[in-house]
Amino acid sequence: MDLSKLSALEAGKLIKNREIGVAEITKAALENIEKTDKNYNAFITVCADEAMKRAEAVQKGIDDGTYTSPLAGVPMAVKDNMCTKGILTTAASKILTGFKPFYNSTAVQKLEDAGAVLLGKLNMDEFAMGSTTETSFYGPTVNPWGENRVPGGSSGGSAVAVATDEAYYTLGSDTGGSIRQPASFCGVTGIKPTYGTVSRYGLLAYASSLDQIGPVGKNVEDVAEVLSIISGHDKKDSTSVNQEPLKFNLQNNVKGKKIGIPAEYFSKGLEKDVKDRVLEAAKKLESMGAIVEEFNMPEIDYAIPAYYIIACAEASSNLSRYDGVKYGFRTPEFEDLTDLYNKTRSDGFGIEVKRRIMIGAFVLSSGYYDAYYKKALKVKAVIKNAFDRAFEKYDAILSPAAPTTALKMGENLSDPLKMYLGDIYTVSVNLAGLPSIVIPCGFDKEGLPVGLQITGKAFSENNIMNIAYSFQQETDYHTKKPVLKVSKEA
Amino acid sequence: MEFLTTMGLEVHCELSTKTKIFCSCSTEFGGEPNTHVCEVCTGMPGSLPVLNEQVVEYAIRTGLATNCTITQYNKFDRKNYFYPDLPKAYQVSQLYLPICQNGHIDIEVNGVKKAIRIKEIHMEEDAGKLIHDPWDDCTLVDYNRCGVPLLEIVSEPDFESGEEVIAYLTKLKSILQYIDVSDCKMEQGSLRADVNLSVRPVGQTELGTRTEMKNINSFKAIARAIEGERKRQIEVITEGKKVVQETRRWDDNKGASYAMRSKENAQDYRYFPEPDLVPIEISDEWIERVRQSLPELPTEKKERYISEYGLPEYDVDIITGSKFLVKIFEKALEVCGEPKEVSNWIMGEVLRMASETGTEPEDIKFDPENLGKLILLVKKKTINRNTAKEVFEKMFTDNVDPEKYIKDNGLEMVTDDGAVLAVVKAVIEANPKAVAEFKGGSAKVKGFIVGQCMKQLKGKADPSVVNKIILEELDKI
Repeated sequence: MDLSKLSALEAGKLIKNREIGVAEITKAALENIEKTDKNYNAFITVCADEAMKRAEAVQKGIDDGTYTSPLAGVPMAVKDNMCTKGILTTAASKILTGFKPFYNSTAVQKLEDAGAVLLGKLNMDEFAMGSTTETSFYGPTVNPWGENRVPGGSSGGSAVAVATDEAYYTLGSDTGGSIRQPASFCGVTGIKPTYGTVSRYGLLAYASSLDQIGPVGKNVEDVAEVLSIISGHDKKDSTSVNQEPLKFNLQNNVKGKKIGIPAEYFSKGLEKDVKDRVLEAAKKLESMGAIVEEFNMPEIDYAIPAYYIIACAEASSNLSRYDGVKYGFRTPEFEDLTDLYNKTRSDGFGIEVKRRIMIGAFVLSSGYYDAYYKKALKVKAVIKNAFDRAFEKYDAILSPAAPTTALKMGENLSDPLKMYLGDIYTVSVNLAGLPSIVIPCGFDKEGLPVGLQITGKAFSENNIMNIAYSFQQETDYHTKKPVLKVSKEA
Repeated sequence: MEFLTTMGLEVHCELSTKTKIFCSCSTEFGGEPNTHVCEVCTGMPGSLPVLNEQVVEYAIRTGLATNCTITQYNKFDRKNYFYPDLPKAYQVSQLYLPICQNGHIDIEVNGVKKAIRIKEIHMEEDAGKLIHDPWDDCTLVDYNRCGVPLLEIVSEPDFESGEEVIAYLTKLKSILQYIDVSDCKMEQGSLRADVNLSVRPVGQTELGTRTEMKNINSFKAIARAIEGERKRQIEVITEGKKVVQETRRWDDNKGASYAMRSKENAQDYRYFPEPDLVPIEISDEWIERVRQSLPELPTEKKERYISEYGLPEYDVDIITGSKFLVKIFEKALEVCGEPKEVSNWIMGEVLRMASETGTEPEDIKFDPENLGKLILLVKKKTINRNTAKEVFEKMFTDNVDPEKYIKDNGLEMVTDDGAVLAVVKAVIEANPKAVAEFKGGSAKVKGFIVGQCMKQLKGKADPSVVNKIILEELDKI
């Protein structure tokens, strides 16, 4: 049996039934990473020794009844912008060279408390800024579905590690589509929960008011199980919502569900294959009993500028702490304090991060605050209202996750504006703080996956999960796997 | 040319909460460097702030005690700037919606009453401390103070003299101590003041260009800094030059201020709402509960002491100016019921001993109840006043119980008139010359005879009794 092909819940079941040991499955996963990851670079850090030690401890915990979660003992990996105690945490940036936190992020801690085994830390765009996972200081991650294709970003490593079966599930973070767009490009399932559902404690902030951690997995059931573990109030995060961890009761039933499709999303700049697959998916849901109709949401045109102003403003402040004084990279030679700051930050950050810091500093500067930041906050409120109105009529909104399938590597890196425009379908959801799931819904003519985005009103995770689950019960796109390039064992 | 001076004050006050504003680290002063720290107050990646509610409570208390309106929906903002003592490179503060607004504090200078308006009071976090290591020629950072809660109390430009500034600071300090929100120890930096100052020729209505002097650490230094800066600005203007809007550092040792940075080089703090914290909503009930819990404040207390106890205004000013003197007064009064006596003791012996030993009122350590007991012992003539002063010195330095100390050292007055009589007779017999002079009409020699008697009685007799017996005996001769 090829263990790596199992879903997370299937693997958890084998472990629970003592058909396989935690050490055994962990060892197999590590060997698989060894063979596979050279070609895909999904991992920045593989913590093999810690994982094997941890596997034995978890096995004991399962044997003595400490760990009862259906995912206990299942190996997983997290995006490298989440703090992991004693394990390198880099946000894919040179500026965090050598940084090992002495605390866990809450999401990681909750998974560990449920008996998860951490395999390592996943590649990403530097500080989650990018849509291709090419801005990483540790080199780009490669999409397993096509020659020379990007996996999307910023959680490219999180999507690829699942697509290549290197990890049973992963955690990503989503500020403007960073879970959903790579899930779409890599043919996996990923959800951005409602803002405040998962604690941000220990997540290296990009844009605090938009950042949200979420799971990436092989199917909706796996993702639902992970989300039920990591969600819930955290007293260490003031913006986490005071609610119990989510519980899901997935049922294959969309009868009578009202699903809206914003006409604006299908008008311009959308690849034909993507459009066709998404509309076919809508038809499929209709055939399953859902009521699908088009509606208008013109406000969405303003989402991208508002998003980039708010996100960059917060980022410019959030990233100020990386100054070479306390941890991480410090320039080796400097004359005085200002020189230390200048050289450390000039050398330590990549070009995209510096671009966003400068945009952010500009829009917050005296005399420009009202014209940019304050106005962007108003647009944010307008967009939230537009969604509120839509959800008075619809149970969910259907759309693509990106206007294209996976791009060629290097294609957008030199044209940031084009890259920003690719976020058209995802950023408005973050501005409105809503839950949104992406699932595979077919392939383009080159065999690259297309994703379907299902967005719901705040705290309606159960509802959009159910629609996605029902779709996966009636289709098999999520079970399709790329042909992997595997290195010969060393 | 005559000049008018206008000043505004920004006072930073460290709150005496047990834990920091956004984490549960201790706020205690001192401690080995970087021992009262965690990932939150050192701004480690991924850490998030959680507001300490006690800070809000203290801010409301301060706002109510200074006649402010409480902003029931208030928010934190980030003030962005780079400096190694600020580990996040932004300070969490309040710009757009500060917690308290539009208050005032009443002061009195040379009998003239005046209200100083308070523009706002906002909550913020303190920064760490840089320590230069001369041996290794490097700078080290201690983050213990980082995240200690501060209130910044911003006045309107209502001050016209240094005396007004000092009166305001004295009053503010006593209010903050009364309501138990800060220990206000200037030498430990828990109360710091920035002075904005401008001058203008008499007759000009428009305010002159102001300068700001930062972090001046004692009342005396503030008075000197104001005088120094006022003179400097007048000089600049009289020379026909212009005052530059800038931040200046007052060097109290050199008695001069130096430019730190001008307006052109002023930092753009790029303020924006802190996204990691939710807005603070303060209910009517919360405000009312805090209002009910406020103690009697200095002004009310002063009025009551004058009307209820008939104490002189000067004495009352000094006693009510310090919550620690008030505590001594009220506890001693509870025991002895003699307000005038207690007030006299505080104004006399307590303050004398404090100044002789260099003790601040807050560091006085004797049990105030013992002062009450001591006053009763004098009243009951168990000891005389001079003995009481000796006993008090021991109380002040060693916190002895006066009753026990008097008993242990046999200091009770000789109340047996027979014993006094015997001493008087012996003194008269031993000093015939003095007696003759007395008889010859020299009244002042009586003092000598009394002194001799008291000496033999080791001071433990009621001088009035001794006097009476001496006169009786001398009459008989």
